[in-house]
Amino acid sequence: MTSVSEPAPKSNRSFNLTSAQRSRIFLNIIGIVILVLLVWRIYIVAVDRAYPIQYWAFQVINGLVLGGVYSLIALGYTLVYGILFMINFAHGEVMMMGGFAGFFTLQLMNSLGWSDGTPLQSAATVFFAILAGMIVSVLTGITLERLAYRPLRGAPRLVPLISAIGASFFLQYTALLLFGAIPHNYNKPSIISGGISVGDTGIFISYTGAFIFVAGILLMMGLFFIVQRTKLGRAMRALAEDKETAALMGIDVDKVIVLTFALGSALAGAGGVMLGFHNTVMRFNTGFIPGLKAFTAAVLGGIGNIRGAMFGSILLGVLEALGPSALGLPTEYKDVIAFSILVLVLVFRPTGLLGEVLSEKKA
Amino acid sequence: MALLVVKDVHTYYGKIHALKGLSLTVDEGEIVTLIGANGAGKTTTLRTISGVLKPRDGSVEFDNEDLASFRAHEIVYKGVSMVPEGRGIFSRLTVFENLDLGAYHRDDDDGIKQDFEKVYSLFPRLYERRKQVAGTLSGGEQQMLATGRALMARPRLMLMDEPSMGLAPILVESIFDTIHEINQEGTTILLVEQNAHMALQVAHRGYVLQTGEIVLHDSAESLRENEMVKKAYLGME
Repeated sequence: MTSVSEPAPKSNRSFNLTSAQRSRIFLNIIGIVILVLLVWRIYIVAVDRAYPIQYWAFQVINGLVLGGVYSLIALGYTLVYGILFMINFAHGEVMMMGGFAGFFTLQLMNSLGWSDGTPLQSAATVFFAILAGMIVSVLTGITLERLAYRPLRGAPRLVPLISAIGASFFLQYTALLLFGAIPHNYNKPSIISGGISVGDTGIFISYTGAFIFVAGILLMMGLFFIVQRTKLGRAMRALAEDKETAALMGIDVDKVIVLTFALGSALAGAGGVMLGFHNTVMRFNTGFIPGLKAFTAAVLGGIGNIRGAMFGSILLGVLEALGPSALGLPTEYKDVIAFSILVLVLVFRPTGLLGEVLSEKKA
Repeated sequence: MALLVVKDVHTYYGKIHALKGLSLTVDEGEIVTLIGANGAGKTTTLRTISGVLKPRDGSVEFDNEDLASFRAHEIVYKGVSMVPEGRGIFSRLTVFENLDLGAYHRDDDDGIKQDFEKVYSLFPRLYERRKQVAGTLSGGEQQMLATGRALMARPRLMLMDEPSMGLAPILVESIFDTIHEINQEGTTILLVEQNAHMALQVAHRGYVLQTGEIVLHDSAESLRENEMVKKAYLGME
């Protein structure tokens, strides 16, 4: 302890702010300005346009459905990140592959007459399309892990990320080569066509939307159960904390990583088919934007955090659906809103809304 | 009967030659301690035995079987479990989940239940806190958890990496009492320690490790009396 140097930095600190503190204050001011501008704009638009309540309800329902699809994809990002601290940027393409598997299943079922057959046949069509999507996505996901990520496991974190981007393009152009550039129309089975009006409120709920939301929730509950209650889930959580110690407990690390990819891909495959039902078309590049949106949702909720991915997805879906109307912008701007949210989250709250995990040793 | 035979092992961290022809044996029922300064290669030795690191040369045999071709998790199946350096508990999992992971590869539910009872009676504190997230435990409790977790594998050989590190002297005493107790019940122990004083009291035999090589090997009693050990590791002039 030198008594000479001790007081000097202390007095410095009490009068001058560190550069980190200064930039935080600066950011907060910018944040407040952005917030005020947004609120002002929303107020003006609300007064100006005065949309009826049915319109808002319609948008919220739309947002919830979209959010349900996003969360199925976002969970894949978050599961893999939780264990490997790596963003699997090819995840959107894994979903797209599942979407195509669903498309071909629907074609097949349609040619058999099941798609618009009895309610049972039609329901079976939906089931098989989703099952096929899940299977193909799982195969794509675990192949990807094996070929593109596992050989790079010891490498610096940027390396598998670049590999993932490469894999993303590879899968996109493989789909382009296999299926062509034309949009493929999804044959919607009769059981999820149409919808109902809620009383005489004028609010309309499509069966497709309701199905996507409910099936999405069920799949997520299944995932939650696996992660929280099963032996595999316990091993996954142990691996997320410390891979070497997990191996010392007799956990086959490679196997658990493959199963993690499989779980995430299965959800993405189901999400791909649901997205097909929702958008009614599937194309080779269909996975790209929803993949980025789901990534945004995962970051918004706090990446690596399962609850965060679900919450972030629903929130993003609703914000994206409401945003254009609330801000008085054309609906084509919804992507701008989603990615602005990504930038704002990364700048103002990089750990996401529910993410406290990152601050430990993951960051 | 030799349970563990490490023969002329060379282990590298990249280009760093960490173990330079290390050999040691551990007989069934023994407590053997490996003492040495920071960076001597104590942890590296344990990581090599447990299969996390693979030796470039030499062999590790457990129960007359060469472990070279087995991966870390498979070596656990053989009956080797580890209390890792810095305890390595899973801080976001509960105490119960941590212990249960120790028995990850086992499917004899009755045996696992028995071992839970055994661990809980050895460490009643863990039973009280079984539903608590392990990150909230004190250092001493975390050491109990790491030890209990290694016992849940029902190991024949238990590797312990510095169990006394960072603990208050009174807790150190109780940890060494526990080590003695575990050994009395039939588990062979290879104990790595910087606290040579305590380690040589509980162990039957000891090895002294210096910069990746064994420089001394004797019964614990003789090592306690050895001038070099006294000076370098027991702090006696």
